[in-house]
Amino acid sequence: MLKYFARRILMLIPVILGVAFIVFFLLYITPGDPARIILGDQATEESVLQLREEMGLNDPFFVRFGKYAYNLVVNQDVGKSYVTKRPVWDEIMTVFPATLKLAGSSILLALLIGIPIGIISAIKQYSIFDNVTMLFALIGISMPVFWLGLLLILLFSVKLGWLPSSGYTTLNAMILPAVALGAQSIAIITRMTRSSMLEVIRMDYIRMARSKGQDENKVVFKHALGNALIPIITIAGLQFGRLLGGAVLTESIFSIPGIGRLMVESIKMRDFPVVQGGVLFVAISFSLVNLLVDLLYAYVDPRIKSQYK
Amino acid sequence: MNTVKQKKNKKKSIWLDVWRRLRKNKMAVGGLVIIILLFLTAIFADWIAPYSYESQDLLNMFQTPSFEHWFGTDEFGRDIFSRIVYGSRISLEVGFIAVGISLIIGGSIGAIAGYYGGRLENLLMRCMDVLLAIPEILLAIAIVAALGPSIANLMIAVGISSIPGYARLVRASVMSIREQEFIEAARAAGSSDFRIIVKHILPNCMAPIIVQATIGVAIAILTAAGLSFIGLGIQPPTPEWGSMLSGGRSYIRDYPHMTLFPGIAMMVTILALNLLGDGLRDALDPKLKN
Repeated sequence: MLKYFARRILMLIPVILGVAFIVFFLLYITPGDPARIILGDQATEESVLQLREEMGLNDPFFVRFGKYAYNLVVNQDVGKSYVTKRPVWDEIMTVFPATLKLAGSSILLALLIGIPIGIISAIKQYSIFDNVTMLFALIGISMPVFWLGLLLILLFSVKLGWLPSSGYTTLNAMILPAVALGAQSIAIITRMTRSSMLEVIRMDYIRMARSKGQDENKVVFKHALGNALIPIITIAGLQFGRLLGGAVLTESIFSIPGIGRLMVESIKMRDFPVVQGGVLFVAISFSLVNLLVDLLYAYVDPRIKSQYK
Repeated sequence: MNTVKQKKNKKKSIWLDVWRRLRKNKMAVGGLVIIILLFLTAIFADWIAPYSYESQDLLNMFQTPSFEHWFGTDEFGRDIFSRIVYGSRISLEVGFIAVGISLIIGGSIGAIAGYYGGRLENLLMRCMDVLLAIPEILLAIAIVAALGPSIANLMIAVGISSIPGYARLVRASVMSIREQEFIEAARAAGSSDFRIIVKHILPNCMAPIIVQATIGVAIAILTAAGLSFIGLGIQPPTPEWGSMLSGGRSYIRDYPHMTLFPGIAMMVTILALNLLGDGLRDALDPKLKN
């Protein structure tokens, strides 16, 4: 188990380097001279040229990437922001808690709502409840997150005045963003739970459990749900990873200073080191979440656990 | 002669079967009808739209929906209905072309990886893992920032960002087919690898690809609208649903109709594509239907 874990962590390194290369390349071809950005429009041509030389901007592409990758791997250093002059990691760490809080509450909401509703839908397949739920789930998947966010603000902040339209520090302020960001995940997890439960419920061992007179609740929650959990966990993990990096739009609508907003602002200001560090950070957390999901399987499913040994 | 005819008939009957099954699914047919209507709207936008999408009328700013302006007017007095009608062109164009880009590139990568296996597969799929590690929207944002905001670049960005999904899908389908006997027969008959992949393998794994592509168009439209919404996609005054939403956002307190209608247009489009995708999944592979 530990060996497997260590191997997976090691396998992350080439992926991270690959991500670093892609982002480095994209920013390399992005118009805008970093030296000019740092010094501002007022600076003289000579000072810009001098700074270019100092920063190594005149070196060939691969030399520059080599230096960047070396610093990344050996010193875990991704440079300083052009704008605030603070280390990029510090910039990211100031905004990460907001994103984590937002993504965490959204996924929690999705699990708490999605799994029970999915189970009921599966047990009562083709009932009115099931049909209505599936329709709502489809609408949830089709709803653009930024439009849902605006509608929620319109209804609950502007018309009813119940909840604030921005911020993230209080529980009240978190409700709307978490619902907006989580809506799609709620729908996806509901659908997944339903189809996964439907598949399991037809298995022989469920019929067996029922025919030996097992209590129906026990059949559903212990025998069926236990086995239906794997695809649900997979999709929840994927969703959580996606929420961490994909909260850009939600953060922008509710003015939450998270990692997505930092990235968009940095791109607009051509603050390349922050963009690079941000994408790397998101990619690393995304990969780690996926790794954790894989590990979680082992606890849910003894069949998988035995493979690791 | 006879066998050729039979073969043709058989080919036809498979798709006829799919169509017959699809036709029974009311939701999917509804989705299909909406998509056809959208295409017609996009093609005949010049006739349908009562006003030009950019003609400003500063005497009639912020009009709420009325008989003259069905969906009201925006901050420049432009007719929102007309802008939504023209916006359908952009959304469909971006959605379908972006999916075309990711399908062609991702599909080729997946087919090559799945067919040849070994080191080449390893290399290609590890590259896909790298792309997968970056959330789609962030990757699209970075690409658009690098290339500059324009419709073509938006399509490229959205297309590239969803390549790995198609590569994985096609690879899995190809792997499930490549060991079958008819492939071996084709190889024994001397078909080239290219011919085997294109003529024998791909037609046999179309089902999941079609489903994924249909839903992929919905995702591409959403991503593109999202990018325009944060100002990195299509720039005003081009009527794009996402940028219309972003324009209406500043006036949401007083003129909510400006955000309402573009959003409805977008949601109906996405919903229709998802309904059709779900229906196609059931129709193409009846085994999967529960």
